[in-house]
This record gives sequence, C-alpha cells and structure tokens, in this order.
Amino acid sequence: MSLLTTTGDLAEKVSDKAFIVLPPDYSNVPMALVFALIRRKMKDLYILFAPIGGIAADLLVGAGNVKTLEAAAITLGEAGLAPRFSEAVQKGTTEFRDSTCPAIHAGLQASEKGVPFMPLRGLIGSDVLNYRDDWKVISNPFNEKDGPIVLLPAIQPDIALIHAPVADSCGNVWIGKRRELMTMSHAARKTFVTVEKVQEQNLLEDDLTAAGTLPNMYVEGIAEAKNGCWPLGLAGFYQPDSDAINAYAKAAETDSGFREWLKRNGNRK
Amino acid sequence: MKFNQDEFLICAITSLLSNSRHVAVGMASAIPGSASLLAREERRGQRNSLRVSMIGGDTNNPFTDGGRELFDCSGQGRIDTFFLGGVQIDGGGNVNLVGTGKYPKLDRRFPGSFGSAYMYFVIPKVILFRPEHTRRVFVPKVDFISAPGTSEEGVYRPGGPYALVSELCLMMFDRQRRRFRLKSIHPGHTLEEVQDNTGFSFDVPNTICKTTVPNEKRLELLRKRISPEIATIYPKFAAKAFKEPI
Repeated sequence: MSLLTTTGDLAEKVSDKAFIVLPPDYSNVPMALVFALIRRKMKDLYILFAPIGGIAADLLVGAGNVKTLEAAAITLGEAGLAPRFSEAVQKGTTEFRDSTCPAIHAGLQASEKGVPFMPLRGLIGSDVLNYRDDWKVISNPFNEKDGPIVLLPAIQPDIALIHAPVADSCGNVWIGKRRELMTMSHAARKTFVTVEKVQEQNLLEDDLTAAGTLPNMYVEGIAEAKNGCWPLGLAGFYQPDSDAINAYAKAAETDSGFREWLKRNGNRK
Repeated sequence: MKFNQDEFLICAITSLLSNSRHVAVGMASAIPGSASLLAREERRGQRNSLRVSMIGGDTNNPFTDGGRELFDCSGQGRIDTFFLGGVQIDGGGNVNLVGTGKYPKLDRRFPGSFGSAYMYFVIPKVILFRPEHTRRVFVPKVDFISAPGTSEEGVYRPGGPYALVSELCLMMFDRQRRRFRLKSIHPGHTLEEVQDNTGFSFDVPNTICKTTVPNEKRLELLRKRISPEIATIYPKFAAKAFKEPI
C-alpha cells in the first residue's frame, strides 16, 4: 500500500501555519502523531478541535506550536482545567477563538457538502456570537416571521489528523461509530491517519465493516502507531490512562513541570 | 438512613425530572448524570418511562452519527431536558462558562461554552447545576454570556432555564418575569444564608419549603444500581461520592 508510512513521516508532511482539525478526547485522538509534531517544533499552527480539545490542545499550546486555537472548550475532563492553555490565553500568547459545539460541526458539514455556509439555531444574544466577526445574522429568506438566524462560514481545514483501530491494505480506515472522524475527513483537504494495525483485507467488501469505514479517497497517509492514543483511550480497545493524565495535569501547572513531563513522555513513537 | 452531600444533590435533581421524557447529559456532569440514571431506574417499566442519553462514555450513549447527533436531535425537539453549569450565573439566567474578567484578556480562563450557546435555546427544560453557592458564582451580571437566559421577542427560543440547584437551595426560573424564584432551601440552611450568598435579586415566596431529603429506597437504588453505572464514565467521582455518609 503506497499510503503506508511512519508517524514521523506524516508529521514531516505537516507544514508550519497549517490549519489542522483534531478530534475530541473521547474520539480517537492521534496522540503519537501529536507528540511527533511537537518533536518537529512546529510553528504557528491553527488548530481546530471538533468540537472540544483536551490534553492534545494543552500539549501543543504548552510546547509553543500553536498560533490560534478554535474549540467549544478545552478541558482535561476529570483531571481538571487545561493548565498550559489557561495560562497562554490569560497572558494572550495564544489566540483562542471561542465557539460552540454545534457551530463547529455545522461549519465542517458545510465543507462536506461544498456549500459556503450553514445556518444554526441559538447563539443570538450570546457573547460567543458577539465576538465572532466571521459569523453573520440574517432573517430567514423563506419566512420573515421566523426571526433572525445565524450563518456560519464553511470550515475547511488543510489536514484532518485521526487515529483508528484498523486500516486495510487498500488504505480504507475503520472508524466504527465515531462518525465525527468521517465529517472531519470529508471536510478537510486531506487526512492523515495513525492506526493500531494494518490488516490484509478490504473493509469495503463487507457491509458490516463498510458502514463504519472511511474510504481511501480521503486518506493521504497511514502509519501504524500501537497504543497511538496514549494517554487517551481508544473506545472499545483500551481505556484512557487516567493516572498519566492526572500526573500531566499536576506537572503542567508550571511551565518547568510541563517541560519536564514532555522530556519524559514526549518521545513515544 | 444517612447520606452525603453528593447523594442529597443527586436526589434533589432526580425529583426535578418527574415530567421529563428524554434527558440528555453532557460532558463533566457526574451528579446530573447520576440523577438522570436514578430517575430512569425509578420509572423503569412504567408508562412514563424516561430515556437518558449520555455523551462521554459508551454505556448510555445511543448516538451513532458522531458528535453532531446530540445537537441535531435537540434542534428537532427530541430532547426535553438538559443540564448546564456555570463559572458565573446571574439573576437573568445568563450563563458564563468562559471565564472571569474582561474578555478576551480574562483574569481566569475556564474551558469554554461547550454546546450551551445552542442547547439553552432549543431544550425546553435546562436545569442549571452549580453546587458552590457564593457571590463569586451567583453574580449581578456575568462577565461573558456563553448563553443568555432569555431572548428578545421574535428569536426562535423553545428552550431556556427551568431550575437552579445549588448546595443551599432550589430556585425555579420564571420566564415571564425573567427572574429566579426561590422554591426550597436545603435542610440546615436559612433564607438569610441564601440571600447573603447570592449576588442577584430573586423572588421569595410567602412560604418557603424545605428541600425533601432522600428516602431509603431511593438511596439504596442509587448506591447499588447507579453507582457502578456512573463509575464507567466518572470513576474518580464514583469512588468518592458513594462512600462517606455525613
């Protein structure tokens, strides 16, 4: 399979200032690839989370790889606030574009369809809307009495980065019911995937696997990364390493603690 | 039967769900999640059975079309009850999940608005849950409106605040008056204490009830059936919540 390469090589194919979309902590975050980006000392990335970020966001911000972050929230879940993110936003060293979950989904869906924008209910009267100069409010052109509605521009990232349990020898990727990965990959110009393993088969031949498969037309690179979501989990395969996440949350309270943690854990391949 | 603070709050929220048909539970919602599962368990097999959909975890997560499905079916009106917290909540039901200080250079940054800027508009009953009842949380006016409590006429808004549950009391939101009204005070607390610790004004009824304490049957169900179920999503919470009676 010509798409098959290494995690390090996928990271090499990401350039500074790239617009990257990453999944939320519960949905196959390609952490091994995130660590590879940090080792490459990427600069000025624009990172969108679809729709919530966690430890990947905090690591990339803490390591200085990010110019702008966009998400509905950044949190370490039960481990608490994301410390490097909070400090960077408070100091103004990283720009954070506040959004709301369905706005990110809708923007990506617009790109999926190749249309320039998508309407969304809600938002009117919120400061989330007030501070977004790229969002517009119109009245429903089909029914003036329906009142105002918000329009969101299509979101088209350069690259979607995802992890999955399995890819087949044709480059198709099985994501199961984690269909936000499908939306992200449809919306982005290209998708790089890390997988637990590559198997000799064609996932599209069996309807049972085909329904949960991202076809290879969206995929421009696949690398094997065993345990590739660590310290996060891979639903149905392995649990998040909550001890490691708690230890990170504590260490990352200070910049020096963060650097120390990264030195110890950032070389996982 | 003795119970602790978390168990008390879970049961207080369960009592608010008696007319709900489909409750959705978002991220970081261990207590509302436990309350919803408890309400479902109590009504299992009855005609007014309750559907509970939880994101973050697999056990009670029915969604198969990705992260957007919760929002899409909320927009259609398929979900009637949801929960929101708040770094700050004001007397108009406005919720701030973003941080304190002058945006965007905040004094203290919190995670962000999540789905609130949408869900607050489309879900008929949003229960606000914030245990800490202090003037730094319940403020005269929030520093950032993640989601407004009410909207101008003409804005599509089937949803909004329904109730507010804190460690001191239960308030209901009056959409016509655009204000909270005190409903009951938790045992061991006083009206004076609630007023001293609330930064906004609210309506006080002539007779103030005491919030009902959980009965034995409910507590047993919570500890035996709900605790292991909630532990699959919130292990840290479950490990401490069902241990120490006060």
